[in-house]
Amino acid sequence: MDPAFWHRVQFAFTATYHYLFPQLTMGLALVIVVMKTLGLRRGGDGWNRAAAFWTRIFGINFALGVVTGIPLEFQFGTNWGGLARYSGNVIGQTLAMEGVFAFFLESSFLALLVYGERRVGRIGHWLAAVALWAGSWLSGYFIVATNAFLQHPVGYAVAPDGSLQLASLGALLTSAWAVTQYAHTMLAAVVTGAFAVAAVGAYYTLRRIHADAARRFLAVALPVGFVAALLVAFPTGDRQAKLVAAHQPAALAAMEGRFETGPYAEITMIGQPNVAQRRIDNPIRVPGMLSFLAYGAFDLTVRGLADFPEDTWPDNIELLYYTFHIMVGLGTLLLSVMALTLLLHVRGRLVTNRPALWVLMLAFPFPYIANAAGWITAELGRQPWVVYGLLRTRDAASPLVHPGSALFSLIGFCGLYLALGLLFVLMVVREILHGPDAAAEGRGHV
Amino acid sequence: MFELWFWLVAAMFALYVLTDGYDLGAGALHLLVARHDTERRTVIATIGPYWDANEVWLIAAGGSLFVAFPRVLAAGLSGFYLAIFIILWCLALRAIAIEFRSHLREPLWRAFWDAAFAVASALLALLFGVALGNVIRGVPLTPDGWFKLTLFTDFRPHDPAGILDWYTLLAGVFALVALAAHGAAFLAWHSGGVVADRARRLQVLLHALLLALWPLATVATMAVNPSLLAALPGRPLAWIAAVLAAAGLIAALWAGPRRRAAMAFLGSAAFLGGMLVSTAACLFPVLLRALPDPARSITAYAGGATAQGLRTALGWWAIGIPIAILWFVILHLLHRGRVEAKAETTGPY
Repeated sequence: MDPAFWHRVQFAFTATYHYLFPQLTMGLALVIVVMKTLGLRRGGDGWNRAAAFWTRIFGINFALGVVTGIPLEFQFGTNWGGLARYSGNVIGQTLAMEGVFAFFLESSFLALLVYGERRVGRIGHWLAAVALWAGSWLSGYFIVATNAFLQHPVGYAVAPDGSLQLASLGALLTSAWAVTQYAHTMLAAVVTGAFAVAAVGAYYTLRRIHADAARRFLAVALPVGFVAALLVAFPTGDRQAKLVAAHQPAALAAMEGRFETGPYAEITMIGQPNVAQRRIDNPIRVPGMLSFLAYGAFDLTVRGLADFPEDTWPDNIELLYYTFHIMVGLGTLLLSVMALTLLLHVRGRLVTNRPALWVLMLAFPFPYIANAAGWITAELGRQPWVVYGLLRTRDAASPLVHPGSALFSLIGFCGLYLALGLLFVLMVVREILHGPDAAAEGRGHV
Repeated sequence: MFELWFWLVAAMFALYVLTDGYDLGAGALHLLVARHDTERRTVIATIGPYWDANEVWLIAAGGSLFVAFPRVLAAGLSGFYLAIFIILWCLALRAIAIEFRSHLREPLWRAFWDAAFAVASALLALLFGVALGNVIRGVPLTPDGWFKLTLFTDFRPHDPAGILDWYTLLAGVFALVALAAHGAAFLAWHSGGVVADRARRLQVLLHALLLALWPLATVATMAVNPSLLAALPGRPLAWIAAVLAAAGLIAALWAGPRRRAAMAFLGSAAFLGGMLVSTAACLFPVLLRALPDPARSITAYAGGATAQGLRTALGWWAIGIPIAILWFVILHLLHRGRVEAKAETTGPY
């Protein structure tokens, strides 16, 4: 068995679980800034109360994000010692910068935003919201830049001992991959945030409670969510696919389950990859679309997996194919949901359209699935490399940590994260049932 | 450049101990200084706005170690594998305890999280001391620069070593007492009412205990790692720092009974900072000492980064850390003053 197997499973599990929280944090941070800004400009208490409600959810979510994020930083050393030693001077930079530039900012103003309005007044409180938004989005940038280096290494030099050293911080932070992946990831986080806000708005509307807050939730979430869902697909998703086509052609072939090389490459809408037979079973295809989407013209050649040595193929083509298609499919569906409900909302018919409200209330898990599927696509597409083209994943694990130790810590995380997940749901459901008016009655967390 | 980064990383770990140290210490004393719900909310509200920012120093220091000495980070974290996960799980439990404890009014819910907060905080303080003890004692590095340690062997600080032996446990107890004293000094300074009174009495008691433990710990350290004693005459910084530590301890003992809480806290901070700087000055340039053959030790000059790589890192570090310190000052100005929870309140904790 691959000696890195349990290390990979543990990192995949802890990273996927962790990312349930920051995607909402980053999405909500923007929504909260929008609400606080509306509150500042239009006066009254309604927008502030709406923002305060989401800030309480934000606080609970943020705590889980911190708690599940710290183990990821440590796992670079505990489980991926080979990677740490080989590329620490490069990826350590962005990870350390996240702490210095983003976490200090976030952690210093979180308490102020969640509990401190009376302490600093309206403008000060608005500034705290902006600080949290800036901190959480900066944090996202450093993490995406770290991942972008692993996907498409730039700005490094090779030291005499063979390790990678950072030669240009500018090149590392402004690589086309980092910028594109960042925009794509952040917009997807906004989609998650918008669907969460819309779901609570839809729930209150269906239950005919908290009508004023529900109206405000929907009024912000629908346009923000629609624009973000549109931009996730185009231009950012499109640009990201073109980068994969240019720099990881084997990954693109595997994402599409394409084995043969040729022009007028078709895109597969539905079908099952059959790696043993090197084909897609039961496909429904659109001719020429892949050539067009990857390179901009229908007659251009897209290389299939047969063109690459098998030891450079992603090692789980089936999962890669499915997660990519789930991401794209859900992205399209979520955009449609936002477009239709926004149309109804603009015409003033959403509050009376119960089927549409039901859809909106139940849609919130799907952005999470799309985000996770997108990350799994990115990480599996990079295989068998941990640093693309430079270091193989099987050589990156800590040499003296037994796979059994990794399995043991993985089981520990499963137990801990089950408990944390239950706590999270308990806390958030409690806030939603209390509703946005509770804060106005002076109910804090006593 | 290598010397500079040795000291930058050491300073960041020291700042972590000085800042998160007081909220870990307050947690370790939680059940002692606070008996009822209102008092316990006072403790948590006192550290509430700060603990998260304090913990970021651990991330920033660890990240800087990653950049500057990747071989040390890779060997250290993988070598202490299971112990690191115990630390991570304690950090998680503690954070959840602080943030979620007061969300429900249910008394058993609160009793559970109070205990979790106290146990996790005390265990973390102990384990950080054990970790420092391991660094001082040394670890069995292979020629390739990796190691693997079991949790314990025969509790003797020689090859075959374990993470826990009498020396590292002594270092752990020393750290627990020192951080508890630091936490008590912070509570005496920033909390109010009966909690502050109890904390002040405990601070004096714990600093007195520290005065008794200090010679013992020093003698044990010199016995376990004789190279420190050998290095001492040529390291003026170690002397200066040790004098600072002694002055800090005396100041804490003098100021505590006289209710000069700020001075007692600063004395406690000077003691911790002096101890850490003096240890680092004696260890320099060794970052990870090898057992049984010290020639295999990983030094600051062979930590895995080149001078070029370190120069690049210095660029953002010199911008980022002053900004971080600015946020830190704003945070403390915003939340200044004593904190005392009331029986019926709408406060956050």
